[in-house]
Amino acid sequence: MKILYFAWLRERVGTDEEDVTLPAGITDVAGLVAWLRTRSPGHEQAFTHGRIVRCAVNQDFATPDAAITDRDEIAFFPPVTGG
Amino acid sequence: MTTIRVETTDFDLGQELAALTAGRADIGGVGSFVGVVRDTSGGRKISSMTLEHYPGMTERALATIAADATQRWNLLGCTLIHRVGVLLPGANIVLVLAAAPHRHAALEATAYLIDWLKTRAPFWKKERFLDGTEAWVDARESDAAATAKWGVSG
Repeated sequence: MKILYFAWLRERVGTDEEDVTLPAGITDVAGLVAWLRTRSPGHEQAFTHGRIVRCAVNQDFATPDAAITDRDEIAFFPPVTGG
Repeated sequence: MTTIRVETTDFDLGQELAALTAGRADIGGVGSFVGVVRDTSGGRKISSMTLEHYPGMTERALATIAADATQRWNLLGCTLIHRVGVLLPGANIVLVLAAAPHRHAALEATAYLIDWLKTRAPFWKKERFLDGTEAWVDARESDAAATAKWGVSG
């Protein structure tokens, strides 16, 4: 599956995109985040920064309990600040 | 007519207004909002601002916002243009135009579109200060409250 990072999450993780194989047993966004945090110190820092992280599944806003599959595009980013 | 663009280049308000109203006489008013880069943030001078976005999702979000406003106020057309990349103080960031038969719909829809865009479209701003330091802009509670007043959750 494709994972995208934007703004300060991209800077902390150290990449804007990565392809990963979803481990068996992970079925929602919260489970994915828990697993991603173990991938590197940068990932850990990105998701434990104490600031709000938003998520999109296939380019729609999603909540931590949103179901995911290995074919989805998942993006993580801070609350938006356009306009 | 709905026009949605995300681009690095500047826009011209007059040209966009002319494009929105060309060839039709049913429009009674057009509301407009132009967002501009301020030269200060939190009391500090900034030298530039960088706008990042999520290509694909951004266009989808803007199309949803435009369709929602068009239905809610029976708009005769609207334009949403958002710039990305490095922008200097004084530069245009965003343009919202809403055309309707009467002024109240045009003005309300314009306010709705910019409030909605600020809390639901995936753009992020990073400020660069005169001393060379940089910081991502934090989302404001007041922006979420502005969207919430329209009955939309942030």
